[in-house]
This record gives sequence, structure tokens and C-alpha cells, in this order.
Amino acid sequence: MANSSIIFYILSALILTTAILSVTTLKIFRAAIWLLFSLIGIAGLYFWLSVEFIAAVQIIVYVGGIVVLIIFSIFLTQQSGKGMQKNSLRRIIAATIAIAIGFVMTSLLIFQFDFKLENKIFDSGIAKIGTQMLSVEKDGFALPFEVVSILLLAAMVGCIVIAIKSKPQEK
Amino acid sequence: MNEVPLTHILVLSTALFFIGMFGLFTRRNMITILMSVELILNSVNINFVAFNKYLFPEKLDGVFFVLFIIAIAAAEAALAIAIIINLYRNHQSIDVDDATEMKF
Repeated sequence: MANSSIIFYILSALILTTAILSVTTLKIFRAAIWLLFSLIGIAGLYFWLSVEFIAAVQIIVYVGGIVVLIIFSIFLTQQSGKGMQKNSLRRIIAATIAIAIGFVMTSLLIFQFDFKLENKIFDSGIAKIGTQMLSVEKDGFALPFEVVSILLLAAMVGCIVIAIKSKPQEK
Repeated sequence: MNEVPLTHILVLSTALFFIGMFGLFTRRNMITILMSVELILNSVNINFVAFNKYLFPEKLDGVFFVLFIIAIAAAEAALAIAIIINLYRNHQSIDVDDATEMKF
């Protein structure tokens, strides 16, 4: 087995183990930290797939932004060391059966499907991505880019409106 | 270059998706549900990049979809946390079983 595939299997093991720990641990702060490791593993997978720009965005936005936001909201809403109450065994068994059936059926479909692989060189240089992202020609993504920027602005205003503390009513 | 077959990457992202589904099924705390949603979105991103690289290597559409998904996921996480903080102020709890006013 070549080195590159060994790296892939190590990365997958890291991602899946930390993801499982993140959804099963009973301490919410530990769940956030395991999620952090899982997201770093996925960034490593993007490096392995040679899409360096996506890997950098993954580290900046997910690891640096979303996980920090989640940890802040854990601090704001509850004691971080306090454990969550245990789930009922019935719910865990039912969920395990449901996801096992879903996983097996999807994997069977994937292994049976005949993918038409192309053996061309995959080039995802940042210059190519940037040029196509802001191009207004046929394959450009300038309009979605602007729409997403307006969406982010709307989300920012919405967050402030939702989370703002209303003033007390007395004069 | 392509020593690992595409199916293995797809099985990895399927497993990650169903781990996220397990979290959605079993968790009752809103922040942990949000973490499960992040795992599911990441599994979709892995799928997009793998398909782009293995099936359409001369195009970059999958990479752009991943970029837009990441932007929308960031907006979604920020909004969800604003809602969670507002709910905590009103209920002193972020358990989904405690927020039942709008249940019919």
C-alpha cells in the first residue's frame, strides 16, 4: 500500500473516531473539543485531496469561527463541567438501528454504482478559483458571490435583532 | 495519483453523515444538535470535493459549491446560537423538550 493511501485511512479513522466521541460524550464541553478535532481531520483530508484553498477556508471558518462560537455559547448558557442526563436505552437502540440500516443501504448503493472516472489532472489553484469566482462570463460565480454576501449581512442583522436584550418597560 | 478509490471516500462521508444523524436522534441539548448539523454539512462538503476531483477534474464547480456551503453554514450557526441564547434567557434551559409553547 502506498504512503498516500495510508495517510487517507489514518485521517478517516481520526475523523470518524472523534465524530463518534463528539456525538456520544455526556459532557458538552468535551463534545465541542472532539468536534474541533474532527473538523481539523476533515481539513487534513482536503489537503490530502489537494484542494488547499478549501482546507484553509475550513480551518479559518470552522475551526477558528464556528467552534469558538459554539464554545462561547456553551459558556453563556450553562456550566461547562456539568454533564447532560443520560439518554434512555430505547432511544439509543432505535437510533443505532436506524443509522445502521441507512449506512448499509447507502454503502451498498455506492459499491454497486459504476462511476465513470476521468484521469485528467485536477488543478484547483487559488488563482483559478479567484478568477472564476469573480467572473461575469458564462461559468462565473459573481452573482452567487454577491447573493451570499447579502445573505451574510442579513444573517448578521438578524442575529443582533434576535439576541438583543429588550429594555425594561418601566419609566 | 488516485490510489484510493472514490468509493472509499464516499463511504467515509456516508459514515460521517450517519454519525451526525445519530447525534440528531439522541441529543436533547440544542448546542449538541447544532454540532451534529455541522458534522452533516461537512460530510456533504467531502462528497462535493471528491466528486469534483475524481469525476470532473477539469472543472471547479464542486469547489465553489463547498465555498458557498461553508459561508451559509457560518450564517446558520450564528443565527442558531442567537436563537439558543434568546431561548436560554426566557427558559433558563436549552433542552428541546422544554421548549414546547409552539407545539400544537
